[in-house]
Amino acid sequence: MKSIKIKADNLNVHYGEKQALFDVSMYMEKKQVTALIGPSGCGKSTFIRCLNRMNDVIDICKVQGKIEIDGNDIYAPDMQVEQLRERVGMVFQKPNPFPKSIFENVAYGPKIHGIAEHKSDLEEIVVNSLKKAALFDEVKDRLSDSGTSLSGGQQQRLCIARAISVNPDIILMDEPCSALDPIATARIEELMGDLKTEYTIIIVTHSMQQAARVSSRTGFFHLGKLVEVDKTETIFSNPSDQRTQDYITGRFG
Amino acid sequence: MGFILISLIILIGITSYFLGNLRAKNLRTSNKKNLKSLSHYYGYYVALWAVVPALLVLLMITSFKSFFIEQYVLSDFIALGSYTETELSLLFTQIENTAMGIKLFDENTILIDGAVNKLNYINKTIENLTYVTVLGFSGLLVLYSVFNINHKLNSRKIVEKFLLVLYFTCSLVAIMTTVGIIFSLLYETLRFFSQVPITDFLFGLNWSPQRVFVREAGDLDTRDLANAFGAVPLFAGTFLIALIAMCVSVPVGLLTAIYMSEYASPKVRDWAKPIIEILAGIPTVVYGFFAALTVAPLVRDIGQGAGLTVSSESALAAGFVMGIMIIPFISSLSDDVIKSVPQSLREGSYAMGATKRETIVKVLLPAALPGIVGSFLLAVSRAIGETMIVVMAAGLNAKLTANPLDAATTITTQIVVILIGDQEFDSPKTQSAFALGLTLFVVTLALNFIALQVVKKYTERYD
Amino acid sequence: MTDRIEQRINSLNKRLNSEKRFRIYCIGAMSFALAWVLILFLNIFSSGYSAFYRTVIQVDVPFLNLIEDTTQFSEMSSEDINNLSMYSFSKKAIYRLFPDIEEKKDKKMLIRLFSIEFEQEIREFLKSNKSNINETETIYLTASDDVDQVNKGNYPRDLDEDKRRIKDIQLLFFDDLVDRGLVSYEFNLPFLMRGDSREPELAGVGGSMVGSLFTILVVLILSFPIGIFAAIYLEEFAPKNRVTDFIEININNLAAVPSIVFGLLGLGIILNTFGLPRSTPLVGGIVLSLMTLPTIIIATRASLRAVPPSIREGALAVGATKMQAVMHHVVPVAMPGALTGTIIGLAQALGETAPLLLIGMVAFVVDVPQTPLDASASLPVQVYLWSESAERGYVEKTSATIMMLLGFLILMNLAAVLIRRKFETKW
Repeated sequence: MKSIKIKADNLNVHYGEKQALFDVSMYMEKKQVTALIGPSGCGKSTFIRCLNRMNDVIDICKVQGKIEIDGNDIYAPDMQVEQLRERVGMVFQKPNPFPKSIFENVAYGPKIHGIAEHKSDLEEIVVNSLKKAALFDEVKDRLSDSGTSLSGGQQQRLCIARAISVNPDIILMDEPCSALDPIATARIEELMGDLKTEYTIIIVTHSMQQAARVSSRTGFFHLGKLVEVDKTETIFSNPSDQRTQDYITGRFG
Repeated sequence: MGFILISLIILIGITSYFLGNLRAKNLRTSNKKNLKSLSHYYGYYVALWAVVPALLVLLMITSFKSFFIEQYVLSDFIALGSYTETELSLLFTQIENTAMGIKLFDENTILIDGAVNKLNYINKTIENLTYVTVLGFSGLLVLYSVFNINHKLNSRKIVEKFLLVLYFTCSLVAIMTTVGIIFSLLYETLRFFSQVPITDFLFGLNWSPQRVFVREAGDLDTRDLANAFGAVPLFAGTFLIALIAMCVSVPVGLLTAIYMSEYASPKVRDWAKPIIEILAGIPTVVYGFFAALTVAPLVRDIGQGAGLTVSSESALAAGFVMGIMIIPFISSLSDDVIKSVPQSLREGSYAMGATKRETIVKVLLPAALPGIVGSFLLAVSRAIGETMIVVMAAGLNAKLTANPLDAATTITTQIVVILIGDQEFDSPKTQSAFALGLTLFVVTLALNFIALQVVKKYTERYD
Repeated sequence: MTDRIEQRINSLNKRLNSEKRFRIYCIGAMSFALAWVLILFLNIFSSGYSAFYRTVIQVDVPFLNLIEDTTQFSEMSSEDINNLSMYSFSKKAIYRLFPDIEEKKDKKMLIRLFSIEFEQEIREFLKSNKSNINETETIYLTASDDVDQVNKGNYPRDLDEDKRRIKDIQLLFFDDLVDRGLVSYEFNLPFLMRGDSREPELAGVGGSMVGSLFTILVVLILSFPIGIFAAIYLEEFAPKNRVTDFIEININNLAAVPSIVFGLLGLGIILNTFGLPRSTPLVGGIVLSLMTLPTIIIATRASLRAVPPSIREGALAVGATKMQAVMHHVVPVAMPGALTGTIIGLAQALGETAPLLLIGMVAFVVDVPQTPLDASASLPVQVYLWSESAERGYVEKTSATIMMLLGFLILMNLAAVLIRRKFETKW
């Protein structure tokens, strides 16, 4: 029996007047890849941004409902959002390395959280993170180069290295490959396979093939509602809802 | 005279528009042949011929007539040969005054009375001549252009060409202004440096041009000049006051910008931003008054309360008020720059669990640094060129000091002190103001150029 | 293990505290800036509002002493009245306030309670009411600056007498007049109408207001068409070549040249080379136009650029020439933006002082200028001139001038905002 890592209960999200999510309830298993699919604007990104409270940044965004990680309500008043985000890393749609050196990009998290006490610890963390993100061999000679000088695929892996540098439990990926070419995409997907042995991964994707390739469970969102969520094979071979059927056979989207 | 004449020319212009228009319509109906342009373009065509050359002639006459009149009126005195050029020009002013009924001196009355008659006569003649020439010229050209209208003439092309030339000329005004500035500054500066070595000006430690004023122009020796025109105290004073201003405006402006772009709710931003920008719209003379009357005594009282000797025109008071004036320059420019850092960088940092402060200090500010530095440079250039605050609140005597509680003087202050009111021309004192002006021009231009380059590089990075 | 957790919690608390501190610094900085706006305005208003009223002293003037029959005044022309010798008569009318005073010194002190133009004021009253003058008329005479300031409470009475401009005996007179109800306030219309004066109680901003008006008119007439034409050329017609690049660089640099340099340009070229008359709004206007042009050109170009190309293409597609397309369709749409830029430029020019000092617009001018070719000051220059004067009465006058200047600036900026709101086109 796989244990449950994240549990969302009756989640409603409003942007000002507009409601973006309607009563979403689902759970995600520990050390598994969960994929969220659906047409654009269906609320899957909104949902994933609730999991590390990135929606707090947007003034007009209001979240109702409950999300528990390891049984702790992350919207509880005593929850420190900084601490939460240390445990829940995130990789964005467009690679967004800081305009600093590759080393500083990865060292940023450990530095602000005070994880590494000595410089040697810090170096070790950076090297390990880069290795885990399968980037180290490509950049080991130029760690002081700017992070923005890398190629798109490398930048995205740098962002992954940055995310895992603080040793999170969960990594959220918001369409991490949408800005990348097929070869870079393949490398990231391969990486995800390696990472799921250590981390719980939630990935938002617009590519059904990608979801089928990397995930063990898949949720389908449509118009702000979670239409269905099940084992990936079930969703793609035998969905129970007509809308899911229509979407995966390409009738809309 | 000018007003009546210009009104007449405009009247001719309006009439000739209708004339051209009518003539074109007649041609069209009588010849049954189409003209190349709409008939009102022929109106414009004739009107242009009526007005533009006449105005140019008028401009030429007005610019040359004063020289001609002076030569004619003074011919008797010039024939005497005993007057220098300066005396002659003084004499001419005297004659003009006498002609207007102001009599100040009684010497040379016969000659002057004769000259006054000559002046009245020549003025009247030239006035009449101007009327005849300008109006006659205008009329002739109207006739010429009206008869020039035929079905081959494309008046629209000509009118549009004229407009294009007019627009181009207007855009040249910017160049002419720059040329004018450089020419007027350089001309007097070069004459200044022919009397005072440039090294003495740039490296001399003593600025007291009033000493030159007291003495007769004849017995100035070069050592006197060198001792009087050492501009280092002014440079130091300018630097000191600008530094104080930056010490106030940089932290306040930058933190305000950070608050506006990262913390403030849209509502707070909507009312706070315009209020702070009021500071940029207040005339500098108001700051000067405020500095001299309110802040300087306050600074002195506080300083004396702490047992310090504070000059009543301390650099601190002027610099502080200048700093307040500059806050909006830094805050609004930096605000724009910080805002233009891509949102994805903010999200990347927040997603790592960074606090706002960490995101701002460790990610946003380094990313926006070039733009922020650019805004600082613009602010420095502003502080160096600021005049009224320092004229009213800083000291007038040049003294080499680094003490902010002491009085300090600046480049701009000295320009005003030297040039306000009546100046004697051709004196090194007057010319030194232009040399200071040139220095100011070059420094601010350089700062500005660098700042714009830096900002431009920055904006390219995130486009 | 627990050590490690505790340490992490401590570090998080530290981070959150420094976050709070940083936020307070930011709010502090913004409040500092806002506070100075408030302080500036309060300071100016609190010291300036009192200039808008003035102290007058009620004096009974026995015109019968001047002439046998007061109806005769109605037959006199203004010229005749000007020729009447009224000085000692006027003085005597004032002495009647305190008939007991004998000593010449005290009489002189009494006279000094009034502005030096008391004789003139009585004469003016006579002129404007000549047809119906009674034997004795009550006239409100302007009080001297010292009395005015004491009455308004701007002047400390408890200083030692020799440190005060107003003497003990004068205060005695003054208090007595107050008790008798002869001292009153009146709206200070002369302040708005008159030119400058060496006497604070007689000085007005009328002259410099008209000077500013003429200057701004010259700026408007010169810089509006030139600025707009230049912007049209650069944005719509200019080929991309070195000349236009150079013009662009020039415009951007001119926008940053310190204003005093334009003053040097005005002095060196416009006054000394072209020989235009010193101290006049015409020259001031020309100098400020050159300074304002970059602002107008930059604003107009921005609003021309905001007109979508589809408008130009639409006009060209129906066979208009480029000139027609631009003049008929693009320029009208861009006009509100150009107007806004012009108004903001004019507001800058209105508040500018430094270049005017160099072209001699600091002259002491008593007469209100009639044309842009008369010597005059401008409002900001008046502020400078009065702030250099020692008399206390000028402080409130200076602040009041600033209030008016700020008032005009606020009106102009408001107009710019309204134009932008009203005519803003959304694409």
